Amino acid sequence: MTGLAFLIPIALGMGLLGLVAFLWSMREGQYDDMDGAANRILIDDDEPLEEDA
Amino acid sequence: MNAPAILDTGNAPLLTTTRFTVPGMKCAGCIGKIERELPKLDGITAARANFSAKRVAISHDPAVGEDALTAALLGLGFEAQPVADNPLGVEVEERKRLNRALGVAGFGMMNVMLLSVSVWSGADGATRELFHWLSALIALPVIAYSGRPFFASAWMALSHRRTNMDVPISIGVILATCLSLYETMTGGAHAFFDSAVMLLFFLLAGRALDAEMRTRTRAGIGALLGRMGKSASVIAPDGSTRRVPAASLEPGMLVLVAAGEALAADGEVADGASAIDNAMLTGESAPEPVGPGAVVHAGAINLSAPIRVRLTRVADDTAIAEIARLMDEAGQSRSTYVRIADRASRLYAPVVHSLALLAFAGWLIAGAGWHQSLTIAIAVLIITCPCAMGLAVPAAQVVASGALLKRGLLVKDGSALERLAECDVALLDKTGTLTLGAPRADIAALDAESRAVALGLAQASRHPLSQGLAAACLREGVQPAAVADVREVSGAGLTGTWQGLAVALERPEGADQALATRLRIGNSAQTITFADPLRSDAAATLAALRAEGITASILSGDRAAPVEAVARTLGLSAQAEASPQAKLAALEALKAQGRRPLMVGDGLNDGPALAAAHASIAPGTASDASQQAADAVFIGEGLMPVALAVRVAKATMRIVRENFGFSIAYNVLAVPLALFGLVTPLIAAIAMSVSSLVVVANSLRLARSAKERAR
Repeated sequence: MTGLAFLIPIALGMGLLGLVAFLWSMREGQYDDMDGAANRILIDDDEPLEEDA
Repeated sequence: MNAPAILDTGNAPLLTTTRFTVPGMKCAGCIGKIERELPKLDGITAARANFSAKRVAISHDPAVGEDALTAALLGLGFEAQPVADNPLGVEVEERKRLNRALGVAGFGMMNVMLLSVSVWSGADGATRELFHWLSALIALPVIAYSGRPFFASAWMALSHRRTNMDVPISIGVILATCLSLYETMTGGAHAFFDSAVMLLFFLLAGRALDAEMRTRTRAGIGALLGRMGKSASVIAPDGSTRRVPAASLEPGMLVLVAAGEALAADGEVADGASAIDNAMLTGESAPEPVGPGAVVHAGAINLSAPIRVRLTRVADDTAIAEIARLMDEAGQSRSTYVRIADRASRLYAPVVHSLALLAFAGWLIAGAGWHQSLTIAIAVLIITCPCAMGLAVPAAQVVASGALLKRGLLVKDGSALERLAECDVALLDKTGTLTLGAPRADIAALDAESRAVALGLAQASRHPLSQGLAAACLREGVQPAAVADVREVSGAGLTGTWQGLAVALERPEGADQALATRLRIGNSAQTITFADPLRSDAAATLAALRAEGITASILSGDRAAPVEAVARTLGLSAQAEASPQAKLAALEALKAQGRRPLMVGDGLNDGPALAAAHASIAPGTASDASQQAADAVFIGEGLMPVALAVRVAKATMRIVRENFGFSIAYNVLAVPLALFGLVTPLIAAIAMSVSSLVVVANSLRLARSAKERAR
């Protein structure tokens, strides 16, 4: 039963970690532009480098 | 909240952020262009595009004004309007609050369940007490936070002496929590924190899905009005000009519209010749030539040269404002359309209260202690919670919309599926709906030399006729002739020289030849005609619609002869030369007969009809106004998504009815058991959750059925 003293805090901590990650990602606007995120992958990053050079 | 602008400079506090709506943002390339090119300009630090909301947030030096930023965006090829603040901010905030509550409830549910499972599997004595206390510690803040949407709504209803679905939920959750606290404190065997938190989690999941669908639908109207010019340069009688805000413009004023400026009001060109981009109103992507006397509408963009415009209708009287108003009204009358779920749960909520109260009173009278009576009453409240019923409609709608989206049809509103399923007669516009709306040239009569010259000229222009001609030539494998000095005269045609001969593609005389161009080589001239071909699967789609019991007919604003021809080919009845008012009247007449018309159309003239129809679908090539007015938009060259939409809508309603049937059957079975005290609150919560999951799983079948049917 002493194992519980470790396991329960660990379980709670992991759950809290997930919750904090979710709330953080929402505050950071990760879900604000779902369609944009899908499109951004198509943007060619090489182009500005060439132009800057 | 909007996407935050990414700042990486040290003087961040000195920057201001201005937001623009940029409706022309259509692809990844646009995002890249805006975000890459804007910061290269002086005074602009960063630009961040939000593709979903079609907005760009620019952080810049306060010295750079809105006008300069608008001009900068226009320089990149994007028409933009500054937004004072986010009109949809309230709804976005509401959705975020739901999502946060859902996240918290999910965390609470998982952890409380973890502890509960140990209690069920035999923990007792001090361990059980510890677990109950831990559960209470987790559950109380979670319930206080995640329950707020329900408590607030229930309180609202009660303070207006009404009852809604949230009242039994709130009472059940609060009672279960209080009783569990009491149990925990007195070291009792049962605590129901798990039931309460699980209930909140599943209900919030349903709410969040629903809110997601709703916010998507309303995004458009603001964007439409944002296209109107915000101000205009009014020319005073003495020739001087001053900027006047759109709201202060008056009919009769003479305004100067610079090239690249959006019109702020409707009017008539008084002086000057130019080309205007009317894409927003008509869906016609080609610039429209205008000269003195031509009518121009607010929202159109003057492309080539400055013109003077005498205003006729301003502010709320403009054609575009009228369309926005029509759409808004139509949307409102639809949202008051009583949704089945609301109807059912409105009747249901009072029944739940009375049953729980009855159970409590009954068991108390029968001699059970108040503690046992209360436990039974809570079980009744939870098990009869109309959760499955609440999910029955949104779950099916979300799955069906997702499945249709993959087949090229975007459904804008969950209730649109309900209305699509009810349609029994279809009215189709001709141009752009039954036909592709893009002209295809008939070049069979041209010899090889003429074809080469035609292609040499046509490929230099972006006019739709030129593009249709170039496409037809390229399909035949024609090599373009080397035409020199190609010049495009707006509204007149293309000229050039080829082997010393003057060659031209020009507008033929006579208004009858609208869809034709004349190819002139030296002194000889040939007329090339264009046809607007039917969508290849038009006949198959109409047959599929017939199979669903929907009779179709054509309702077109086009001239009688071409409409007749299409109607004969497809075997439909047709009404031609219908004005927007006539289209509206035709729909109203059908509605008065008790029919439920489905309108499919693309033009601006279809806008009111689309809004007035029981359900409406527009092709993706339609004007923005029509796309906004329609319930659904289909993409691609096929017309089949229209028939598919009706079929899937009917399947959706079938699933919704099944879901309702199931939740009613579940309640009929479960309520007596709970009333007779055979169910603990925990089993009640599990049964309730399982019933919700069954409803969701049943709805997921729609994803597959849409696919199978399409084959």
